[in-house]
Amino acid sequence: MDKLRVKISGYGGQGIILSSYIVGKAVSIYDGKSATMTQAYGPEARGGACSSQVVIDKGQVDYPLVDSAEVLVALSQEGYDKFFHILNKGGVLFYDKDLVTELKDHTDVVEKAIPATRIAENMGKKIVANIVMLGYVTAQTKFVTPKAMEAAIRGSVPQKYVDLNIKAFTTGYKYKKE
Amino acid sequence: MIKKSKLRGEFFMQGDIACAEGAIAAGCRFFGGYPITPASEIAERMAYRLPLVDGAFIQYEDEIASMAGIIGASWAGAKPMTATSGPGISLMNENIGLGMMMETPCVVINVQRGSPSTGLPTSWGQADMMQARWGSHGDYGSISLSPNSPQEFFDLTIVAFNYAEKYRLPVFVVTDAVVGHMTEKVVIPPVEELDIIDRKYTNKKPADYRPYDPDDDLIPPFAKAGDGYRYHSTGLTHDERGYPVMSEECQRRCAKRLVDKIKKNADDIIITEEHDIEDADVVVVSYGISSRTVIPAMEKAKEKGVKVGFLRLVTVWPFPEKQIRELSKQIKGFVVVELNLGQVVLEVERCAAKHAETKLVGHPGGGMHKMDDIVNAILEVANEQ
Repeated sequence: MDKLRVKISGYGGQGIILSSYIVGKAVSIYDGKSATMTQAYGPEARGGACSSQVVIDKGQVDYPLVDSAEVLVALSQEGYDKFFHILNKGGVLFYDKDLVTELKDHTDVVEKAIPATRIAENMGKKIVANIVMLGYVTAQTKFVTPKAMEAAIRGSVPQKYVDLNIKAFTTGYKYKKE
Repeated sequence: MIKKSKLRGEFFMQGDIACAEGAIAAGCRFFGGYPITPASEIAERMAYRLPLVDGAFIQYEDEIASMAGIIGASWAGAKPMTATSGPGISLMNENIGLGMMMETPCVVINVQRGSPSTGLPTSWGQADMMQARWGSHGDYGSISLSPNSPQEFFDLTIVAFNYAEKYRLPVFVVTDAVVGHMTEKVVIPPVEELDIIDRKYTNKKPADYRPYDPDDDLIPPFAKAGDGYRYHSTGLTHDERGYPVMSEECQRRCAKRLVDKIKKNADDIIITEEHDIEDADVVVVSYGISSRTVIPAMEKAKEKGVKVGFLRLVTVWPFPEKQIRELSKQIKGFVVVELNLGQVVLEVERCAAKHAETKLVGHPGGGMHKMDDIVNAILEVANEQ
């Protein structure tokens, strides 16, 4: 696929913006493709609905916004409810199976569930749930290489949390359905 | 944390941050401003970065003082910048006129949001384009650059400083909230690889120097503050000494040179980007963020058999009159795509009137053009008898 649009949604404090930043950086700095990241910029606060988006292209990214997406990552029920309609036919929905519990009757999208927050909690830090999810998304979609993602994570999180985040990524990457 | 005073390399960087880094690379060492969405990140970055390069950051009480502050800093020899959005430009316009009249090099960034008035603070538009050209009262030539990506926001901020120093005036970079808040790859070359222009200083002795006596290029050279040169500069109509002279003759000389120094150097200033212009029947004209919807729309129109080209205005002011006039003789018509209800389209119409049709695809901001609206406009112009 030459062009891919990714929407990541959840609530403020989950690292939704950072997730898109890491994906965009991995793709554009380490994988040699183009990426444009934009974020919903409103009166969002911790706990409120929050979303970010990345457009990935082999060539230049022209139109930078995401009106419809090939990949939707939902880390909250509200995030799912708000954005499931932008997912294209044949698109992939990634969701945290403990946080998104009421799914519409999808017939034309691929659903991929992972208990990202629970896994992160078991690692001792709930805040790396987004990175667990990114690991899973990386393994299941292949639009970005794990090597690039690791490099982007290393450059984007505080130094003392690098190891934890890499571990979170690897755990998500290796996740198999329960 | 950034340890190095000057950045180089590849970054995944937000537009506003890239603008601040472009300013630092161009030699900007003074920022005076008042934060406003969606330009706040520029001030934030400058507040952090300037002390690392021995520069100064001042947050003023408002935009009126900010503009006055950068004019003062420029006269002290610094390359200064301010950054704001439409509401801030409205407040700065009186002092922007002073900067034009005193011929003060400085850079004014406008990250446009939805307007008029406070409008849509967190969303975007391109409805300040005429304000950038005619915002302050009076006749003066002016320059506005319009980047459509973080990389270009970096690059054009440097160009803006170069033009400001070369032509001695406040230069605008007029972008929008999408570009300001968008994050993309930005390549920052080593400083020594950048083309940096600094203002010209006189080689005359203090006794022979007159501060507003222009060279053949219509630009008067500066004298360094503190070097013993006598100076007088004012917003009043002035002669070559800088002294107020209330005569028709002096007004003609003074105002005419402010217009001519840009008009006569337009070929040197104007930057455009052309795609498939040569055998086009329809040419789309756009700038800034709007221009990024044009390429996919063009591809669609081409699939329907239309010969369509694209002229992107990297500088919007001075307007590329010559280029539009020439093109209008070869094509059926222009389609102008902008996030306002008709501003730059007026200039295209004016220059194309005799030979080609002009059609606006406008949008009030807060969203983006539908690609089909652009495609349909291209088809309509192409199919007109």
